[in-house]
Amino acid sequence: MQPVRYHVLHETRYDYGGAISLSHQQLHLSPRFLPWQLVHEQRIDIEPSPTWRRDGVDAFGNPVSWIAFHAPHDSLRIRSAMNISVLPHPADDALLAASLPWEIVRDRLAYDATAPEPGDLEAVRYLFESPHVRVKHELADFAADCFPPETPVLVGARNLMAKIFDEFEFDPEATTVSTPVLEVLVNKRGVCQDFAHLMIASLRALGLAARYVSGYLLTRPPPGRPRLIGADASHAWVSVYAPGSGEWVDFDPTNNLLPDTEHITLAIGRDFSDISPLRGIILGGGGAEPEVAVTVVPLDEEEIPAGLLDEPEAGEAEA
Amino acid sequence: MARTLLAIYPHSARRYDEMLTGDGNVRAHWRQFFIHLDSVAPEEMHQRLEFVDRRILENGVTYNVYADPNGADRPWALDPVPLIIPPDEWAEVSAAVAQRAALLNAMLADLYGEQRLLAEGLLPPALVYGQHGYLWPCQGIKPPGGTWLHHYAVDLARSPNGRWWVIADRTQAPSGAGYALENRLIVSRVFPEMFRDLNVQHLADFFRDQQDGLSSLAPTEGDETPHIVLLTPGPYNETYFEHAYLARYLGYPLVEGQDLTVRGDSVFLKTLRGLKRVHVILRRQDDDYCDPLELRGDSALGVPGLLNVVRAGRVVVANALGSGLLTSGALMGFLPGVCERLLGERLAMPSVATWWCGEKPALDYVKKHFDELVIKPAYPTQRMDPVFGFELEGDARAEMLRRIEARPHAYVAQEMVNLSQAPTWSRSHERRLIARPVGLRAYAVANADGGYSVMPGGLTRVAQGATARIISMQRGGASKDTWVLTDGPVSQFTLLKPSVGVRDLVRSGSNLSSRVVENLFWLGRYSERFDDSARLLRVALARVVDAGGEKTPAVASILELAERLGVLPSPEEDNEVVEGGEHALLEAIYDPNQPGSLAGSIRSLMWSATHVRERLSLDHWHSLNSLQREQQAAQKKHPTLTEAIAFLDRVLLVSSSLNGFAMDNMTRDDGWRFLIIGRRLERLSFLAQTIASFLRMPSTRAAGCLDWLLELADSIITYRSRYSRSPELLPVIDLLVFDDSNPHGVMFQADLLGRYLERMARELGADHDGQLSAATENLRSFNLEQLEHLQFSQCRHCAPCDELADRLEALNAAAGALSEWLAMRYFTHVGDVSRQTMAV
Repeated sequence: MQPVRYHVLHETRYDYGGAISLSHQQLHLSPRFLPWQLVHEQRIDIEPSPTWRRDGVDAFGNPVSWIAFHAPHDSLRIRSAMNISVLPHPADDALLAASLPWEIVRDRLAYDATAPEPGDLEAVRYLFESPHVRVKHELADFAADCFPPETPVLVGARNLMAKIFDEFEFDPEATTVSTPVLEVLVNKRGVCQDFAHLMIASLRALGLAARYVSGYLLTRPPPGRPRLIGADASHAWVSVYAPGSGEWVDFDPTNNLLPDTEHITLAIGRDFSDISPLRGIILGGGGAEPEVAVTVVPLDEEEIPAGLLDEPEAGEAEA
Repeated sequence: MARTLLAIYPHSARRYDEMLTGDGNVRAHWRQFFIHLDSVAPEEMHQRLEFVDRRILENGVTYNVYADPNGADRPWALDPVPLIIPPDEWAEVSAAVAQRAALLNAMLADLYGEQRLLAEGLLPPALVYGQHGYLWPCQGIKPPGGTWLHHYAVDLARSPNGRWWVIADRTQAPSGAGYALENRLIVSRVFPEMFRDLNVQHLADFFRDQQDGLSSLAPTEGDETPHIVLLTPGPYNETYFEHAYLARYLGYPLVEGQDLTVRGDSVFLKTLRGLKRVHVILRRQDDDYCDPLELRGDSALGVPGLLNVVRAGRVVVANALGSGLLTSGALMGFLPGVCERLLGERLAMPSVATWWCGEKPALDYVKKHFDELVIKPAYPTQRMDPVFGFELEGDARAEMLRRIEARPHAYVAQEMVNLSQAPTWSRSHERRLIARPVGLRAYAVANADGGYSVMPGGLTRVAQGATARIISMQRGGASKDTWVLTDGPVSQFTLLKPSVGVRDLVRSGSNLSSRVVENLFWLGRYSERFDDSARLLRVALARVVDAGGEKTPAVASILELAERLGVLPSPEEDNEVVEGGEHALLEAIYDPNQPGSLAGSIRSLMWSATHVRERLSLDHWHSLNSLQREQQAAQKKHPTLTEAIAFLDRVLLVSSSLNGFAMDNMTRDDGWRFLIIGRRLERLSFLAQTIASFLRMPSTRAAGCLDWLLELADSIITYRSRYSRSPELLPVIDLLVFDDSNPHGVMFQADLLGRYLERMARELGADHDGQLSAATENLRSFNLEQLEHLQFSQCRHCAPCDELADRLEALNAAAGALSEWLAMRYFTHVGDVSRQTMAV
């Protein structure tokens, strides 16, 4: 099976409408190491140049960078570009059906005063509440019919993914980055981040471990139309712990599919708050609404749109 | 001789009594104290109680109560009878507290490092990963010296068999050590002979150990002196008094998050003289609020980027960020095993029996023994009051059990503890000892030798009722001093005069934060402003009273001036001014919500004083406190005009004593200079506006107006001593404007301001644009001869009066511009609030 090669451009721009005297930013924009992902080239261009920078790895194993600006500036532009290959790693029905019954997984993850298996110890990091994932009994109720007794854990997860896809409407106007999961559950609307948080919260409410995955998704332009720069967005999905069956298996509740070569992984955390692509604190200025443009181009299939690989220039983001 | 206090002191079969043995005899270590207490005459005891109350009020010892809708400070409640603990018993307690501090430190090292405790199953992951208090960004950070826990408090209680048990651990930013110190300073003066004769251990060594411990870990470079600051969330925190108190006692600047800024790998304090690197932050702010970049982003309290400075090892944060994790009561049941594993020792002091419902057998036990247990949240971030099982019936009980079953890991159950009781002096009887349940909060600090020093004493907390099961300062409990006796000599060390090396000599407060300087500047302005308005209102009120309600020309004139200056609302807004003005004057004195009112000035004054509390002397603080009490008391009743005048007299007295403290007691550092600049600037502005208005208003030509002008400028005595005749325009103007030896004159203020500006230009390297000195010279060059033959009572808008008024108003405008320039140059960053941004 052939790897699929991509060029990804993720551009963020702030026009502050006034001088920012001091700014600190945390970047989760560099792709994480994974067995099925190969990063050929990656660079982040920042305008203006930061006064200070530190690179590191966060507690969940993701690359992270911190930058600071001490000089006054009224805009910020961060352009992350990468060439990356994704190897096929499909999760098929047989794999899902062969996973352990969900009660067994739940009981393995529960504490019993003995030393846990190393994989389980890693998994319990993703078992409890986190800032965007409140674990409430309403969520366990919501997921209950997806997990009849002795259902293999991954089959249950697929049921839950399908349920979310069927019952919820994709609606970018319905929520913000801080909309609580319980509100999403009631209103049945949201975006990929909301559906991922909802699915994670439901799984954790049952005592299962689930991670939040951020990254990119290949989209297809309408037939006959060229691919537009910046037409895509960053994406989020879910990874479920299934000991003995691939350990962690991805589910995309927004699209009701099992991610394979069309999902490019950036980072993994308990929820969005651990791995927000760009999080900052600024002093001064007026507005602080970012413009974000993401473009994912499969390099082997089609021609690269003009301008995509150019060096950044002022004003280009308006294209 | 009155009958002995023991005659009506209640015994209890269910509780251990600190003072009495089971058969009702006074315990040996209490005997001497009890005999003394029994011998004190009722009136003598009454005086001592009054002394306690007065000291607390005067020192402004308060505890802010969140539940109070008015957000009021409540005076600290202190019982004068100390809790006495004998030497042998304390030795055990002390060793156990030190062991527990070392154990909790080792746990933090493990949980933020290797996590052997989780890998070996000694701790449930739910109590680590399941807690919001586990700060993931701090995983893997190793602080200098391997010290996570720098200061630690533990709540102890004594069971009926006399053993001490641990009720709760405080590892976040433990409070109360400062209150314990304050209690000691008061109670040791209530019973000075007993304090000396009983060989009570002193507390100062403990605080020195804390200072040495922090200094020894400070990541300094070369021969830098460690720069240690105390970080407070601000004056609205429940224990802000203590933050200010400890900062002053330990000699550390008290700072808020906005005073600190991260540049590169270091964190700095913003001071008047630039950025000064900080080596150690002793924090009283919860850890998740400390860095909005990586921790909670929804709060402006923190220091963006602080975690990266910690990662770089360039600052010590005490306690380390993430240490609040161990406050969870659910951990207690696991500590014996963890202690064996990490320290290789047996846990010396047991914790109160605790069941974490996250374990199946524990949950079963809790359901079975529900009536004997108290249910608490497992995680300190959960908001929930303890619930007593036996108090729950019917639906409430079923609901609680359902909640526990749904999320068992979020709850713990503890055995109910019958707290011991201690003798407490009754406030409602003439002479009586009553018994109240008590608990002891003990303290430990990391010392410079890598171990823990335990405070010989602590904060004894007293429950409100005789049968109470919970002690809470939030719920109105009181406190006691704790006397730990010793067989050996008592250390005479005091922190009030620490020994200082030549390198440590500090001549001026060069590390003053910009925020403190700004607040001192405003303290100066407000203290002058309230003096000015009090004087103006007194002058007006006195004339209204003298005129017997009739509106004489002089009365009308001064009311018009008060309106022009904004002390009274303008007539269009409030018609009552026209009708004699009594009501409006009273409102201008007492109503804090009326713009420009005296009460409003007092409130602003208190506000700025509160923000620089650690910079003010105790005497300073006493004056301000009495002022606010007086205003609040007066506001409640409806004072008569005469009472109002008497109030204004006292206000002016307090004002002059305040001013005296500033002149006499404060060191002449930058902070003092800004205070005085604020004061002079405000007075200059008041005088210039007053005299210019006086010259422009036709109504001031009436008889008696020059008299009140002199009185307003507090210069009537000087005038009379120089000119033994009734006031005339020329000499009055000369005295109030041009005489540069009159401390209430315009020129005097302008010259002084000019001198301070020169000095600042020299020392702080910032040149003012010279607008003020130009305006001053312009005024000085006014030709006084123009006023020589002026018939003041006849003139209306005459050229000389208008010209002088013009020049005074120009000077006032220059003063306003100066104030803005100072704010721009020295305080700008203070007003900026940081905001979070987020992009996907």
